[in-house]
Amino acid sequence: MSDRITALLTRRRATLLTVAVLLCLPPFYLDAFWLRIGLFSMAAAIGAVGLALLSGTAGQLSLGHAFFLAVGAYGYTWLAGDPGPGLPTVVAVPLAVLMAGLAGGLFSPVAGRVKGIYLGIATLALVFLGHHVLLTAESVTGGFNGRSVPPLSLGGFTFTASDPELTVLGVPFGAEERLWFLGLALFALTWFTARGLLRSRPGRALAALRDSETAAAVMGVDVARHRSAAFVVSSMYAGLAGVLLALAFRRVVPDYFGLVLSVDYLAMIVVGGLGSVAGATAGAVFVTALPLLMTRYADQLPLVAAPGSAEGAVGPTEAARYLYGAAIVLVLLYAPDGLHGLARRARDRLRRRRTTPTSAPDPAVPSPPPPAAAARPKEHTP
Amino acid sequence: MTDLLDSLLGGLALGAVYALVALGFVVIFKASGVLNFAHGSLLLLGGYLVAVLHDDLGFAGALALAVIVTAALAGALDRFLLQRGGHDAHSAHVQTIVTIGVDIVLLTELARRIGGDLLTLGDPWGDAVTELGPVTVADSRLAAIVVSAVVIGGVFALFRFTSWGLSLRAAAEDMEAAALMGVRLGRVRAGAWCLAGALAALAAVFLAAFPAPGLERTTGQIALNAFPAAILGGLASPTGALAGSLVIGLTEALVVGYQSELHVLGEGFGDVAPYAVMLLVLLVRPNGLFGAKGAARV
Repeated sequence: MSDRITALLTRRRATLLTVAVLLCLPPFYLDAFWLRIGLFSMAAAIGAVGLALLSGTAGQLSLGHAFFLAVGAYGYTWLAGDPGPGLPTVVAVPLAVLMAGLAGGLFSPVAGRVKGIYLGIATLALVFLGHHVLLTAESVTGGFNGRSVPPLSLGGFTFTASDPELTVLGVPFGAEERLWFLGLALFALTWFTARGLLRSRPGRALAALRDSETAAAVMGVDVARHRSAAFVVSSMYAGLAGVLLALAFRRVVPDYFGLVLSVDYLAMIVVGGLGSVAGATAGAVFVTALPLLMTRYADQLPLVAAPGSAEGAVGPTEAARYLYGAAIVLVLLYAPDGLHGLARRARDRLRRRRTTPTSAPDPAVPSPPPPAAAARPKEHTP
Repeated sequence: MTDLLDSLLGGLALGAVYALVALGFVVIFKASGVLNFAHGSLLLLGGYLVAVLHDDLGFAGALALAVIVTAALAGALDRFLLQRGGHDAHSAHVQTIVTIGVDIVLLTELARRIGGDLLTLGDPWGDAVTELGPVTVADSRLAAIVVSAVVIGGVFALFRFTSWGLSLRAAAEDMEAAALMGVRLGRVRAGAWCLAGALAALAAVFLAAFPAPGLERTTGQIALNAFPAAILGGLASPTGALAGSLVIGLTEALVVGYQSELHVLGEGFGDVAPYAVMLLVLLVRPNGLFGAKGAARV
């Protein structure tokens, strides 16, 4: 038995290593366009994981994610820039994340008491009020035109096109290649901390809270405190995503951080499958990459006109929006547990097909585990 | 003093229109537990239909057709998309997100058709004004107040006196018991969605009428301001929606009217004032002004 567990662990580690190596390859083979897609996807994934912790695990609906992304992005820009304290950029990153967490904490009198759909609308207020502040507080945020983002520099190594010039294995490393590895590191950090958190004591308390608030309270879970804490942690992930987005965009503008962005994040976790880190990541990649790819390959798609052609034609942006909206509807109607659930069911079916013929002749072999989908408690959505 | 009266009347008119939208939210939420994020695009659809059809059918005919089409679309949306998900509370959350997807598709299509244009609705009020003692009011605002009052009164009568209203209230109280007593949940729900769609189409006319410049692709976003109105009153309470809408409408009009005194808050604070008010109310009463704190059974 222990042999099997060790084997399983080794296999898991091997898979992890393979994935990590594969993720390090793109900068050597793909051009800047693909790297930017990857970069935005990684930033989105970090934010989506944060929202998944809140919505999927704590059962809270938040439409305020764009606000916390904005706090992270603008926090970094202000802390490291001029006007602003002009701190070293390495210090500005964690401080910006803490700022986002603090903003989440300040909202906790509402976040701890208001639940479900009410919280969703309450957080809507954050987006609108935040957007208003971004437009108004010009000395800090640069107003409507936004601010340019100071590049991150790590002990003399800057994440820009040059300074110092860097060529690895014959590939010149520009800003995209360097930021790719930064994004990868931050995403790995997110992945492991979030998974750890889900399996820890507070994570289980949150899951209990989602399934039944009353039962959880009876079992000794401090409802308001855990709700607020989930909100703070979720906004810190959003802040980190905001920092990475700011670095990738090199300029922050208020109009990016609007309601549409919040809805995008909600769509990511729903399309991916609620309450799972892998699902949130898959959803983030899907939602981020789809419009970019559609715009790029618009001329090769049927029924889609090239950008800037005749008025009233279906352009690539519209086509991407149609697909995106339809994807949300279809995924939720036919696979309410999202891409993650689809993948799990496919895996179960594959495993059953593989194990059934071998187990039939030899009764000593333990029967295959029951399909996980059936054993799993019904997932709760925000 | 005239300024104050001006703002109050403007706020009342705005609140009356918000009430039409917020009542739609509440009716849908009561019947299905879903928060309809597609309400803004339904509203835009109603306005767009009036704008396109009024040349051929006249304003009244266009409005009637727009109301019917929007109501039918809302009902069909519920019947053929959302009700596939079931009736329990868990699926209500999923369906809420489905409406976001529907909104994206519908809004993209309407925005593509409208483009950058400003559409006129051909309403009979035009830019006429009426002198009411010291203040001058746009006729369209008076019409908004009167029509909303009549329509909302009618909706409340529907709740109170028809068997559909009784079924709706019973279903909102206890879905299972209502189903066992012979209430056809599917029909009651679809009826509620139709009603909400009709109200949204009607609201669009007043949102695009004078002093607003006309119907644009962003008109649907105004429906978002009815979110705070509905939440403020408590999502399950029609009376609350009415009160919330008046509070939100008056706040917005007063903030805009006294903008010069409030310039510390920044330009355009009127647009976000509803949300600030909502946050303050939710701090004190997490279930809204009229929302009941239900006892939970385990």
